[in-house]
Amino acid sequence: MTTSPPKSAAHPAIEFVGVRKDYLSHGEAVPAVRSLDLAIGQGEFFSLLGPSGCGKTTTMRMVAGFEEPTAGRVMLDGRDVTGVAPNKRDVNMVFQSYALFPHLTVRQNVAFGLERKKVAKAEITRRVGEMLEIVSLTGMEKRQPREMSGGQQQRVALARALVNHPRALLLDEPLGALDLKLRQQMQIELKRIQREVGITFVYVTHDQGEALTMSDRIAVMNSGLIEQLGSPRDIYERPSTRFVAGFIGTSNLIDGRVSWADQGYAVIDKGSGERVVVPVPGTVPVGRDLEVSVRPEKIDLHRTLPSGVTGSLLSGTVTEVVYHGTSTNYTVATSDGTDLVVFDQNAHDAEDVASRGERVFLTWAPQHSYPIGV
Amino acid sequence: MDRVKRTLTPYLLVLPGGLWLLLFFAVPMATMLSLSLQEGDIVNGFVFTGHWQNYVDSISAYQTQLIRSLVYGAITSVVLIVLAFPVAYWIAFYGGRKKATYLFLILLPFFVSFVLRTISWRMLLTDDGVLLHPLKEAGLLPADFQVLGTATAVIAGLVYSFLPFMVLPIYVALERIDPRVVEAARDLYASPLTSFRKVIFPLALPGVFAGVLMTFVPATSDYVNSELLGSSETTMIGQVIQSQFLSNSDYPSASALSFTLMTVLLIGVFSYARALGTEDVMKVAAR
Repeated sequence: MTTSPPKSAAHPAIEFVGVRKDYLSHGEAVPAVRSLDLAIGQGEFFSLLGPSGCGKTTTMRMVAGFEEPTAGRVMLDGRDVTGVAPNKRDVNMVFQSYALFPHLTVRQNVAFGLERKKVAKAEITRRVGEMLEIVSLTGMEKRQPREMSGGQQQRVALARALVNHPRALLLDEPLGALDLKLRQQMQIELKRIQREVGITFVYVTHDQGEALTMSDRIAVMNSGLIEQLGSPRDIYERPSTRFVAGFIGTSNLIDGRVSWADQGYAVIDKGSGERVVVPVPGTVPVGRDLEVSVRPEKIDLHRTLPSGVTGSLLSGTVTEVVYHGTSTNYTVATSDGTDLVVFDQNAHDAEDVASRGERVFLTWAPQHSYPIGV
Repeated sequence: MDRVKRTLTPYLLVLPGGLWLLLFFAVPMATMLSLSLQEGDIVNGFVFTGHWQNYVDSISAYQTQLIRSLVYGAITSVVLIVLAFPVAYWIAFYGGRKKATYLFLILLPFFVSFVLRTISWRMLLTDDGVLLHPLKEAGLLPADFQVLGTATAVIAGLVYSFLPFMVLPIYVALERIDPRVVEAARDLYASPLTSFRKVIFPLALPGVFAGVLMTFVPATSDYVNSELLGSSETTMIGQVIQSQFLSNSDYPSASALSFTLMTVLLIGVFSYARALGTEDVMKVAAR
């Protein structure tokens, strides 16, 4: 269930063809990227998301030319750039912690790439000025990087890369060093800038919130492989592997055996009227073990057994209540021993729905269950 | 009481070192300054007469040695930069986990006495020594070829003596460069050579600056290398001062020369700092 890249063009902006990357460690080849076939579309905001060591940074560095694949090819705009030096690749990078030139002013930093390309002086001045305006740094041309705040340095790094109009902009955890408030601000800003310049962005992050907020598509990586590729909604609502379900947001996983299946639905009977209803593609055999994921905000919490439940119904005991302002999070231990997390929006009542130790009933609609790996 | 303690603490901390400097630096300096303006001889004693002529006389008598020393010092520093930069660069960027070992190896010769090392050089460079003899035997060098006693030998000795003082500061400057900054240069279309020229070298400049300070001054005033490896043709100002003090007992002349050398070096260092834009260099270094 992947969406196609937004803009169709003759060639994808970036393409990986059968790419593998091994590192040598004590004479032994350790795979960083096992097998990668991926096309990133023109003008797309594409995120590589995963925990540290999943291969996302290596993947990005192979686009920039700082790493060469052990096998396979990397294409930029349909041109094979495998083995081409970084300075001869038409992509630019925004480094983690920015890597600004400490001995140069803001202006000199931003002009660095254009000067190397021997762009005319007047043209450089014009483009640098324009770019600094886009990142709201006009008037800071003469500053040294160390005289600026983290957020401002971040913008210089962005301007320094974008001013060259690269085929693609590579961003390596660019917001990691900023505090939360600034990070959220920059997320919106990055998205705006990307729309404005229309350049393909490849965004490496381990922060799922960031990836979900900004991306057109996300590739969730784990141990050198793409676990799932899709739109933020796909990834969040329909995680295709246990890893993705666990890595993206909070996910409840319920194990069980299919009791009966019919018309695209399977039911796991948990006894005494309790069950999990899950939509499945085609039919699944009765008796098959199934893992079902359900997001905490999809679950309704009741103190009394509700009537007319058509979807899933489980009962349990509240073991934890954590007030979060906009919502209250409950942990409920169900009768079969699974802990489920429920987010209850504090939309109407100031009071908690249930308190610790109380027996509660959990219900959710069939479409909010999602079978893992079916 | 606490307040008094707090205001006094910095002064108390400075006190021992300050006293030391006063006793062993300021007092001798003042004594020397006074000596340089005295007249007389060792037998009848010296009298302070404000005799500025000492400066004029000693400078005109030994200006050749003074200028030679500055030239040797400058050549030594330049040769040191050329030799030390690649070594420091290699250790900083390719030393891996063995960086400390390599630095230790650079420092290893220093565990042998300075004079002993220079004497060993003398044995290496002597006309029929282990180095020249085989080359002469093989007919690769003319029989009357000499190294010992030439300016080359003295400068080579100076370079050898001060190599670590150039390697270490350059290494420290290079080591502090974020490798990602170099990658950023490559990413922004700079070839390896351009990245070096535009990013690595400017960022290493504070180290080069420190290295020159730490080598030019002692190399210029050195007297051991020329004494052991040179000849009367290579006499340096340090040797002159030493012999004026210890052999000729002409204290005023020796003191005047010392002060002249110090002044010249200070002027040299400051104009060098000026030319390099130390303020910028120091700013970068302060990062």
